[in-house]
Amino acid sequence: MTATTPTIRAPRPTDAVGRLAALGRAELTLLLRSKASMFTALALPVTMAFAMRGMVKSLDLGGTGLSVATVLLPGALAMALFFAVYTNLVGVYVLRREGLVLKRLRTGEVRDWEVLAGGALPAVLLALVQCVLLIAGLTAALDAPAPAAPHLVALGLLTGVALLVAGAALTAAFTRTAESAQLTFLPFMLVTMAGSGLFLPRELLPGTAGQVGAWLPFSPVMDLLRGGWTGGLSAVDQGRLTLFALMWTGAAVFAVYRWFRWEPRN
Amino acid sequence: MDTVIETADLRRRYQGFEAVRGIDLTVARGELFALLGTNGAGKTSTLELLEGQAAPAAGTVRVLGRDPYRERAAVRPRIGVMLQEGGFPTELTVVETVRMWAGCTSGARPVDEALELVRLVERGKVRVKQLSGGERRRLDLALALLGRPEVLFLDEPTTGLDAQSRRDTWELIRQLKEQGTTVLLTTHYLEEAEQLADRLAIMHQAAIATSGRVADVVAERPSQISFELPPGRRLGELPPLAPLGVTCYEEAGRTVRMETGDLQHTATGLLLWAREENVSLRGLDARSATLEEAFMHIAKDLEAAR
Repeated sequence: MTATTPTIRAPRPTDAVGRLAALGRAELTLLLRSKASMFTALALPVTMAFAMRGMVKSLDLGGTGLSVATVLLPGALAMALFFAVYTNLVGVYVLRREGLVLKRLRTGEVRDWEVLAGGALPAVLLALVQCVLLIAGLTAALDAPAPAAPHLVALGLLTGVALLVAGAALTAAFTRTAESAQLTFLPFMLVTMAGSGLFLPRELLPGTAGQVGAWLPFSPVMDLLRGGWTGGLSAVDQGRLTLFALMWTGAAVFAVYRWFRWEPRN
Repeated sequence: MDTVIETADLRRRYQGFEAVRGIDLTVARGELFALLGTNGAGKTSTLELLEGQAAPAAGTVRVLGRDPYRERAAVRPRIGVMLQEGGFPTELTVVETVRMWAGCTSGARPVDEALELVRLVERGKVRVKQLSGGERRRLDLALALLGRPEVLFLDEPTTGLDAQSRRDTWELIRQLKEQGTTVLLTTHYLEEAEQLADRLAIMHQAAIATSGRVADVVAERPSQISFELPPGRRLGELPPLAPLGVTCYEEAGRTVRMETGDLQHTATGLLLWAREENVSLRGLDARSATLEEAFMHIAKDLEAAR
C-alpha cells in the first residue's frame, strides 16, 4: 500500500448538482438491476389501466363531464406515479437505511435532503418517462383526445412527484424492515385509490365520501391531471389545487424532517 | 503546536443514559491518537460527536477550529470517516461505489488510486455483496481516504481483517501520518495502539480513565519479576525487598513473583545477590508492564470501585 504525497490543497468543492448526479447515477444502476422494482414500476400501471377499462366503461359518467378516456388516462398516470415513485421509494429508503447506507452517506459531504432526493432521482425519471409513454399509448389505444390544457398535466405530474417522494420518505420513517415495506405502502395507496378518485371519479362516490375525499393529499393532483384533459378548471381552481398539493407536500416534508430515521433501530 | 481536535467536558446522552461523560481531548496536527476501551465504553459515541454526526448534550468540540456538527459543510470536506459499521448498496460494484462517493467528495482521488491504496484494484468489478468482510472494511477505508483528508477518523479499522491485511493497513496509516494526516482511531487491538499511536486514552464507562503517551500509560503499571527459589533457600534469605523497590510479592510453591516500580534497580539487586550467594535463579523473567496489563488493570479497578 502506497499513499501518494498530497499536493497543495485547493480541491474544487463539490456542489449539490454534482452530488445529486453521483447519487442518482448509482441509484439508477441499482434500479436497473432490480427486476422486481422494474416490473412493478413498468408493467403494473399499464395492466391496471387496461383492467380498469371495463369498469370505467360501465360507469354512468353523465353529468360529470368526463369520458372513459379522461378517467382512464389520469388514473393510469397516477398509478405510474404510485408504483414507480411511491411504492418503489418506500422500499429503497428502508433498504438503504437498514443496510446502513444512509448512515454511511451522512458521514460525507452530502446534505441530508440530497441523500433522499438523490435516491429518488431515477425513480422520478422512470415515472415521468413512463407517463409520456402511457399518454401516447393510451391516447392511441382509446382514441382519446389530446389534453385540452397540457400545462395542467405537467403541473399535476410535478406536484404528484413531489408529494409522493415526500410521502415515501415519511412512510419509510414508520417502516421498520424491508419486509414490512412491502405492506406499509398499501394504506396510503388504497385510501388514495378509493378516496381521491383514481379510476372512480369522486363525483360518483356515495354520500359525503366525495367531499371528504377532496381533502385527501393526492386529490388535488388527480384534479389537476383530469383538468388537463377536460380543460374545465378556472385559474382560481388551478391556483387553489396547486396550493393545496404543495401544502400537503410541505406537511410531509416537515414530518420527514421531524421523524425520518437515518439508522436502524437497535 | 497546531491543535486539530479539541473537546472540553464533552457529553452525550441517550434517553437518560449518559454515553459520554465529560471528555477532554486534544489532538495536535499530524498526531495519531488511539481511543481504547471495553465494549460499550463510549468510544464510538465519542467518535460520532467528533465527526459531527450528532450534537453533544453539553460541552464543546472543535475539529480544525470549527464545530463539526453546526459547521458540517465547512468541516466535512477536510475530514475522512470510517464507521465501525458502514453500509454500501450491495448490488453496486466496488468501482461504482467509489465513483459514487467520489462524486460527493471534494478533491477526490482517481478511483484507481483509491483502490490501489487498499489493494482492491483487482476486485473493482465485483459486487459489494460478494466481498469478504475484510474487503468491505478496506473499501470503507478507501472511501475515507478518497478526499485526501487532513483528519481521519477510523472506528476499528482493522476489525475483521486477516493478519496480512492488518499489517498492510497499519503501514498505510503510518504513511498517511508521515504525510501529515491527523488520525484518531479506536481499536480493540492493544497491539494496534502500541504500534501506531503517539498518544492514547483508555475509556471506561463513558469517561477517560487514563491517557498519555503509550510509554507513560504503561509506566503507570509496575514491572514484574519472577523466578524459582534456589534449592534449600527461603524467601527470607533474600536481601530486604522494600529497599530493592519491590512493592508487592507472592510466593506460589517455589515460584516468587514480585512487582516493582523500578525494574532495573530491583533486578540489579536480585542478580547481585544471586552472584554473591552463587545460586542460580531458574525461570528468571523480568519485564516491563504491557499496555494490555494497563488496560486490564483499569477495567478491573474501575469495576471494583463501582
